[in-house]
Amino acid sequence: MATLGDLERSVMDLLWDSAVAQTANDLRDKLAQVTGSDGKELAVTTVLTVLARLEKKQLVTRARDTRPHRYLAVTSREEHTVELMNEAMGNVMDREAVLARFIGGISPEELASLRRILDDGASA
Amino acid sequence: MLTASYLLLGLAIILAWPAPVVLSHARWTSRSPFTALLLWQAIALAGGLSMIGAFLVWGLEPLGDDLLSALHGFWGVLTGRPGATQLTVIHVFALSTALLIGGHLVFTLLLTAYKVTRQRARHRRLLALLSGPSPSIPGAVVVEHQAPVAYCLPGFSGSLTVLSRGLLDSLDAEGLRGVIAHEHAHLDQRHDLLVLAFESWHQALPWLPTSRLARLAVQELIEMLADDAALGQVSREDLLRSLIAVSAGMGVTDGSGDAAAAAVLGSPDRGREATSPLAPASGPGHAAAVPGGELSSLRLRRLLSPAPELPVAGRATVMGTSVLLIVVPTLALVAPGLLV
Repeated sequence: MATLGDLERSVMDLLWDSAVAQTANDLRDKLAQVTGSDGKELAVTTVLTVLARLEKKQLVTRARDTRPHRYLAVTSREEHTVELMNEAMGNVMDREAVLARFIGGISPEELASLRRILDDGASA
Repeated sequence: MLTASYLLLGLAIILAWPAPVVLSHARWTSRSPFTALLLWQAIALAGGLSMIGAFLVWGLEPLGDDLLSALHGFWGVLTGRPGATQLTVIHVFALSTALLIGGHLVFTLLLTAYKVTRQRARHRRLLALLSGPSPSIPGAVVVEHQAPVAYCLPGFSGSLTVLSRGLLDSLDAEGLRGVIAHEHAHLDQRHDLLVLAFESWHQALPWLPTSRLARLAVQELIEMLADDAALGQVSREDLLRSLIAVSAGMGVTDGSGDAAAAAVLGSPDRGREATSPLAPASGPGHAAAVPGGELSSLRLRRLLSPAPELPVAGRATVMGTSVLLIVVPTLALVAPGLLV
């Protein structure tokens, strides 16, 4: 049984990959295809719960002009990825305490020097 | 009491400026990062204690011969007990200063902890959408991105090791093992708490040399400790290879490229000793001939040319100094009669 977190991710993946806004029914059918028809059938209400959570997190927005409502991702996967990678690569100021990077404490210049040193060692 | 307050003030000044400057230039720290970390913590704790203590003791001086009797006298002043010694304006000013510094430090610590926790939660939400669990490495998640990155996200409700697809593609099994061991050491040894404490120390007093130097030193020392943990599992060559691979993700390009670095370091089954630029593991060697001597990063220098661990006597001296740094201001505060 997939957790709500897994479902949130699957729903976001579907919304990011689709060009047009999706209804909860569309999403349920696509999720059933992805996860296969075995096991418990995914209820539309579950999808609506997930969508409500994502809306609360301001990740999806709802077009209310039609019935049933159609859902759309607020920002693209690429924008989220850029934000994630900027933090992961230390491009964001004042975030030293947030995460511990493998190359922590070494400047790009020093790493370039390291490469040169190892380079010279090989040619000597 | 008065002598004790001057002693504390003197200690506070030494710990705020000359001591951290000397320690930040010391070379032995990379030979025993653990004791160096202890010393930095002692300097920060003793510095804060003597800073607050100097004003506190000076302000309470008219009220008693030691902290307990003085605080008792201060209670008398607060409750308006008849016949209690009254404080002059300047003594009240000193006491208020002590209270302000103490409050400022505690408040900044709480604020920094709150900010960092919130930023971690936000990063965690991004990861939840953009990463999947690694099939082969327990507790690690993989982000589908070609830039090689590796980091860990500490947290009270489960910590995460994060690897990118680019990293997995650019490292062999040994290199990956080194990276994982390094990140796990950060998590197991709770380095995040140390970083948080020194981050908030710096936020609280950014103009003080000690807070800036201590933060930088602590960041480097925890990396050394994590490297040492990784070196328990992989060779120096593998760890350096991993660092080079990840540096490619920082946009560092000087023409050498990954292939060159790999050729330098040699494949595991080739005669590595003949071509290796690394110094032998024993002895510091001649300074001029030491590979990496021109690097300012102590972390890289000790990986390229490892020096033997600090002898027991040296480590004991550092630990003894750390203990004294805590004991002396505490005594000056609580029982000045024992010191002067």
